[in-house]
Amino acid sequence: MSHRLTVAVTGLNATDNPAPGVPVIRAIRAAAPETRVVGLAYQPLDPGNYMEGMADHTYLLPYPSLGADVFFERLMDVHRKTPIDVLLPTLDAELAAVLALRDRLHAAGIRTFLPEPDALDRRAKSRLPELAEVGLPGPRSLTCTDPAQLSRIGAELGWPLVVKGRFYDAKVAHTAAQASAAFQELSAKWGLPIVVQAFVPGEEFDVIGLGDGEGGLVGAVAMRKMQLTDKGKAWGGVTIHSPELLGLARRFAAELRWRGGFELEVMRSSKDGRLGLIEVNPRFPAWVYLAVGAGQNLPWAAVRLALGERVAPFPAAPAGVMFLRHSFDQILSLSDYEALTVRGELHREPALVAGSDLLPTFPHSPDDAEEAAA
Amino acid sequence: MLENLALSESGFLFDALTGATYTLSPTGAVVLKALIDGADVDTAVTELARRCEIDRGMVARDVSLFVAHLVELGLVPGDDRDAEVGR
Repeated sequence: MSHRLTVAVTGLNATDNPAPGVPVIRAIRAAAPETRVVGLAYQPLDPGNYMEGMADHTYLLPYPSLGADVFFERLMDVHRKTPIDVLLPTLDAELAAVLALRDRLHAAGIRTFLPEPDALDRRAKSRLPELAEVGLPGPRSLTCTDPAQLSRIGAELGWPLVVKGRFYDAKVAHTAAQASAAFQELSAKWGLPIVVQAFVPGEEFDVIGLGDGEGGLVGAVAMRKMQLTDKGKAWGGVTIHSPELLGLARRFAAELRWRGGFELEVMRSSKDGRLGLIEVNPRFPAWVYLAVGAGQNLPWAAVRLALGERVAPFPAAPAGVMFLRHSFDQILSLSDYEALTVRGELHREPALVAGSDLLPTFPHSPDDAEEAAA
Repeated sequence: MLENLALSESGFLFDALTGATYTLSPTGAVVLKALIDGADVDTAVTELARRCEIDRGMVARDVSLFVAHLVELGLVPGDDRDAEVGR
């Protein structure tokens, strides 16, 4: 019997500020439906934990901030119960922790496809201006660790400015008072430093890409957001034909020898039409499934690269492929929620390790429940 | 620039460079289709007059204004805005 590939994916939140885990799993399912998918979540209420056809097994993880050893031990616990071939972390906040554990994970047989720590550091918001030196210009940015500095920074960059959280979130501030409020909120949520960026009036475009770690670009798709949530997240978008944006992605992959998925957020200034890099996300964005729809299954390519396979660059994605996100009410049994809340794991297919404390597959419909009861 | 415009028969326009979409009136679609096909503004006026079976002098000014608007939107090159429309 041939080995069944098992891929673990983090980030199963699917609210109005969704994590990339669910679309990454959809991408894997689209390419290789037989893949065993392990969902790794931080909250029992993450909707991706319960979606039909997504994760075969779901486990709760401790937050990486609790310490590398705690995080690693939990991953090893999961690995003993459901052996993992490839781990695809999808959240910014866990990347550094997973990178620090990379050698230990590889020794345990879990492969990853992640950027080098130096490359990860170079794309940090606080270091973004340095990328201008390698042909990736962006607006002026300054780091800030004390709200008392904001008036001086505002005078230097000009108002309005953009106050950015360490990992996520950004707020436009027109006054020092607004900037200070944003500082307090974002630092409480994501820690320090806060990054303050000059405001660029214009239109935002985004590019998703996959670097091969050797300076090459496996694929890239440029997108314009068509509608936003009140948090500024894309709730619809369309692929565009933009040699300029794809050029930025190519340069980014080459200069940082980026290994893995990434997203460039770019503003086209309404003043001079120039493109400016406002943020680099070191993982696939939540709209990654648009790339799949446009012919570039980048998550699956990342899995293959993690397995050591060679992947040829994708042909250019066509312009005019749209996505519209939607929400729907998912019905689930209380026992599924109980399983994650109490035991920290939920299984939609039989346990893999005989004699483990795995629960049997849970009933998901009244018919299943009756069958199980019988 | 024009090569990145996809104009359907319904008048729905997609700019592949920016991702912007527009809905054109039937007469606007005739003009833009002519420009996309390589015609200059003067030829587009002739085409619209022929299709609508009206005097080209009646449509020339409207076409000029329409093309100027397309230029403002960045959909057609600026050179076409100043094109002299023969009457």
